[in-house]
Amino acid sequence: MKKAFWLAGAMALALAQPATAADSVKIGFVSTFSGPTAVIGNDMRNSFELALDHLGRKIDGKPVEVIYEDDQQKPDVGKQKTEKLVQSDKVDFIVGYIWSNVLLASLKTAVDSKTFLISANAGPSQLAGELCSPYVFSTSWQNDQTPAAMGLYMNQKGVKSVFLIGPNYAAGKDMLAGVKSTFKGEVVGEEYTVWPSQLDFSAELTKARNSRAESIFVFYPGAAGVQFLNQYAQAGIKAQIPLYTAFTVDELSLPLQKDNAIGIPGAQEWVNDLPNAENKKFVEDYRKKYPGLRPTYYGAQAYDAAQLINSAVVAVKGDLTKKDAMKAEMEKANFKSLRGPFKYGNNHIPIQNFYLQDVVKDTDGQLSLKTVATIVKDDQDKFHDKCSMK
Amino acid sequence: MYLVVEQLLNGLQFGLLLFLLAAGLTLVFGIMDFVNLAHGSLYMMGAYFAATFVAWTGSFVLGALMALGATLLLGIALEYVALRHLYGRDHLDQVLATFGLILFFNDAVRLIWGPAGLALPLPTWLTVPVQIIPGVYYPAYRLMIIAVALAVAAMLYLVVMRTRVGMLIRAGASNREMIGALGINIKLLFTLVFGLGAALAGLAGLMQAPILTVQIGMGENILILAFVIIVIGGIGSIRGAFMAAIFVGIIDTMGRAFLPDLLRKVLSGAAASTAAPALSSMLIYLLMAIILVLRPEGLFPAAKR
Repeated sequence: MKKAFWLAGAMALALAQPATAADSVKIGFVSTFSGPTAVIGNDMRNSFELALDHLGRKIDGKPVEVIYEDDQQKPDVGKQKTEKLVQSDKVDFIVGYIWSNVLLASLKTAVDSKTFLISANAGPSQLAGELCSPYVFSTSWQNDQTPAAMGLYMNQKGVKSVFLIGPNYAAGKDMLAGVKSTFKGEVVGEEYTVWPSQLDFSAELTKARNSRAESIFVFYPGAAGVQFLNQYAQAGIKAQIPLYTAFTVDELSLPLQKDNAIGIPGAQEWVNDLPNAENKKFVEDYRKKYPGLRPTYYGAQAYDAAQLINSAVVAVKGDLTKKDAMKAEMEKANFKSLRGPFKYGNNHIPIQNFYLQDVVKDTDGQLSLKTVATIVKDDQDKFHDKCSMK
Repeated sequence: MYLVVEQLLNGLQFGLLLFLLAAGLTLVFGIMDFVNLAHGSLYMMGAYFAATFVAWTGSFVLGALMALGATLLLGIALEYVALRHLYGRDHLDQVLATFGLILFFNDAVRLIWGPAGLALPLPTWLTVPVQIIPGVYYPAYRLMIIAVALAVAAMLYLVVMRTRVGMLIRAGASNREMIGALGINIKLLFTLVFGLGAALAGLAGLMQAPILTVQIGMGENILILAFVIIVIGGIGSIRGAFMAAIFVGIIDTMGRAFLPDLLRKVLSGAAASTAAPALSSMLIYLLMAIILVLRPEGLFPAAKR
């Protein structure tokens, strides 16, 4: 009885707290900060913090409070963390999400509460189509776009046939569908592996070699990309069948992939050497602030998310209750993106360029990524027609 | 046809690797009646030691041998400092304590080596594919794993079946109290067995490291498979662990290799692609369930009095 009394008292106190007075901008950040893919989450956090530094740690003169939450790369955990941020922290924006399956699980919580959600990486096809929402924006891409660009490049190279390998989850399916949507040659095989637990690809590599395909396409983000390239090289397939990738070689995996990554092309919307002033400053300051580390596209997208939030808050002069005005401002993409200027489609997914990147030795003798060519200009995802927002 | 041969080799290699992990686990579980969830951490430590020592010495073989020694010492130290105080407790206490050790090792590794993981590059003579029969190439390194694991299995068999220490180990497995009563230093025996188990786990970890990456938590998923194997093989039985590991390795690989194509004959392409990986990863658990129903003591149970 007494316990119940105290509990009631505590609840009354909690309710009596004033609704978040708009004296600060509260941002929830959901990403992976533990386990093998924690390096990705750390890179996103580093870049987000750098963006706040560049903004003078203030948005429209208000202090910024960021609450980082670890989704452990699990959809159920990501959903819980999103609920916590929305319901008990009452954040104004939620940013982050590396994994499409985590984002899909968390989406409804954010949308139902009309909290702005900015995906700084995951771009499941559903989000661009039937699940699009006025409260959801992306500073990355729709999953299919990057591999679709790779498919176009493979056509340019005159590749006749391909064997596809990818992980069995939302993004893996989008990625392989993306290549298939543009690649004109024959798809001789398509393998999905258990995600994220399967790390030995011997059975799939054996099948790929025996399929007599002219090329292999894979999508393996994070540590899995290192393991795949290791095994691809060890099996001697690197000398036989060229590999094309999306999100498999980046600045986090390169130090582990080393020479295995040389000669393996990837498609990307952001590369560290894109020639605009904001990007130069970002890359320089990142390397200064975090010695020994190099920024990735994950980080660049998180940086852009901070700038997008800034543009919206400044436009409404800090009145965070004016959600419609903030949405209208964000739709203009009125900020200096690290990838250069882009426009938003009706579904709040960027319409943007995709570049071909290659692995080279830079002036320090370290392996790094370099832009080789523009594969496609102003590319819009193919699901925007299914979005009810016009 | 070649495809089947190659996939069989893939399965055999995976199975033998699992055997190294399961052998240590089954020894410790069967002889000491001790549930060691931290066995996967020793596997991880073997890989981290190897990556460090190989980078120091510049030699893969030398570094691997040093890592093996280091994991053996770590296992002995771990048993001496922490685990021997838990032998009298019930299994739940052991599970809790060794789960704590997993967290301890993961954070220790994060502090020492950082969160990003390490690479363990192979020497060039191991990165070339070898032609085993005309038209079939197989990675040299995976062949080496098969050879090393078979040699270790043979040695383990000889030690356990033909030596005095082995006799004591077998005696310990069938009746612990009795060999204690006969004046055998059971504490020393347990320390030795645990050290041996740790070294085997370390060997599995360091051999797996060049194929995968060296990373925090790498031992956790694979430990589940090792437990499945000792349940299938019979707890405490090395022979059982050997047979079960090869079964599991081959079933897992064959499932992944051929199930998708089989399913595509019955289901639509998309449904088959989605269902196949899930189904093939269930196969070994299905095997375990069937064995538990038909032979709850496992395929080759250790002799009990």
